[in-house]
Amino acid sequence: MNGENSKMKTANALKVQDRDIVVPGELLCEGEGFVHGKNIYKKENKLFAGMLGMVRIEKDIVKIIPLSGKYMPKEEDRVIGKVIDVLMSGWRFEINSAYSAVLPLKEAGSDFIPKGADLTKYFDFDDYVVAQITNVTTQNLVDLTTRGPGLKKLRGGRVIQVNPTKVPRIIGKDASMVKLLKDSTGCDIQVGQNGLVWVSGDPEKEVIAINTIKKIEKEAHTQGLTENIDAFLKGGKK
Amino acid sequence: MKSAKYEKRFDGRDWEELRPMNAKVGIIPRADGSAMFQIGKTTAYAAVYGPRDLHPKFMQNPRTGILRCDYNMLPFSGHGERVRPGGSRRSKEINLVMQNALLPVLDLTDFPNTVVDIFVDLPQTDAGTRCAAITAASMALADAGLSMKGLVSAVAVGKVGDKIVVDLNYDEEAFEGGAADIPVAVIPSTGEITLLQLDGEVSKEDLMKALEYAKRAANKIHELQKKALKEKYHE
Repeated sequence: MNGENSKMKTANALKVQDRDIVVPGELLCEGEGFVHGKNIYKKENKLFAGMLGMVRIEKDIVKIIPLSGKYMPKEEDRVIGKVIDVLMSGWRFEINSAYSAVLPLKEAGSDFIPKGADLTKYFDFDDYVVAQITNVTTQNLVDLTTRGPGLKKLRGGRVIQVNPTKVPRIIGKDASMVKLLKDSTGCDIQVGQNGLVWVSGDPEKEVIAINTIKKIEKEAHTQGLTENIDAFLKGGKK
Repeated sequence: MKSAKYEKRFDGRDWEELRPMNAKVGIIPRADGSAMFQIGKTTAYAAVYGPRDLHPKFMQNPRTGILRCDYNMLPFSGHGERVRPGGSRRSKEINLVMQNALLPVLDLTDFPNTVVDIFVDLPQTDAGTRCAAITAASMALADAGLSMKGLVSAVAVGKVGDKIVVDLNYDEEAFEGGAADIPVAVIPSTGEITLLQLDGEVSKEDLMKALEYAKRAANKIHELQKKALKEKYHE
């Protein structure tokens, strides 16, 4: 078979390169050579960008990684939420998204909460919580749980907001970046998939951690980021 | 239809020449998306917030998110008299036509029951404000990371005296010998028209010719929009 020939053909059909920034409506490629992934639409054998973002080409799949945008709740995501309302049988949380989330009573913890109890004893207004999303409906109604390892109420510390699309870089591969941050600042850090980050520790160290997170957010698209951040943290300690 | 002679443009431009343009994206840090677009002396700042919770509840649409536009000419922005602050009949109309011009490219079906708010403020104006507002708003929507099938570029064309011109300024719009002002919004990637208004009189032939001019001008604006959006992420 002339595999090389067909490879050439598909390469010629591409109008963009891997890691290019494209704007909505921009032509990505012509012909049948490519499968369209996320945030791309097809019209008459042509693929167009359906969003502002970075093009990624993996074999014959073209997709666009968004560079901005609100957090979209997804099942099993770990998020940081703030209590905005106390309901009849649960709490409503603000999760830095277009939608709020509900934590039902029976998902609130291992303790039994009797009927008619004062729910603010458990979670009061403006309390921050690490929770996991258990269910998202088609209408984007979101359910949470705080039952599970590492899920808890957050006491003290501070919460900052980052771009949700940059969260994977802040966590790093196998949580390497968070580990680096924790080890070098001694702070306790929780990163929510929704772009809220909780930092708690020595006040001066908290500031260093936050500045570093802001730096990661700004340089998220660069390569060799972990090494740069490592150097930055070591330099800052002097 | 009589029309007076218009020999040369007041600011010395070619008939099909746009005023000097400038565009910038991501200028308002607290907004989810923002952009600035300047054409001649007309300047528009657009800020996008959302998708976010929508109240009052009866306005919510369970099938899709909705788009809400707010066009606002600042009091000191006009030519003579101070513009009275707050909404007017005119701004209400422009809010509606902006919404209609932008919705065809925007897909908010992933965000039922929510709203996307666009606020456009114009600190300085010299005609063509609704077009500048739409152009800035479409960049701000893209910057907000929303799902869109293309950008929208808008420009005013028209007939000043006996000449068909592109991008009228205030003096031309107020030309004594009669002027027709035709704001047009185009989706350059498909060639579709999403806004077409007309103030004045033109013949069918002139209108068709003006629309051709508008499409060519919109493509020039589109190039600038693309450049501005990409610049934000290229440091």
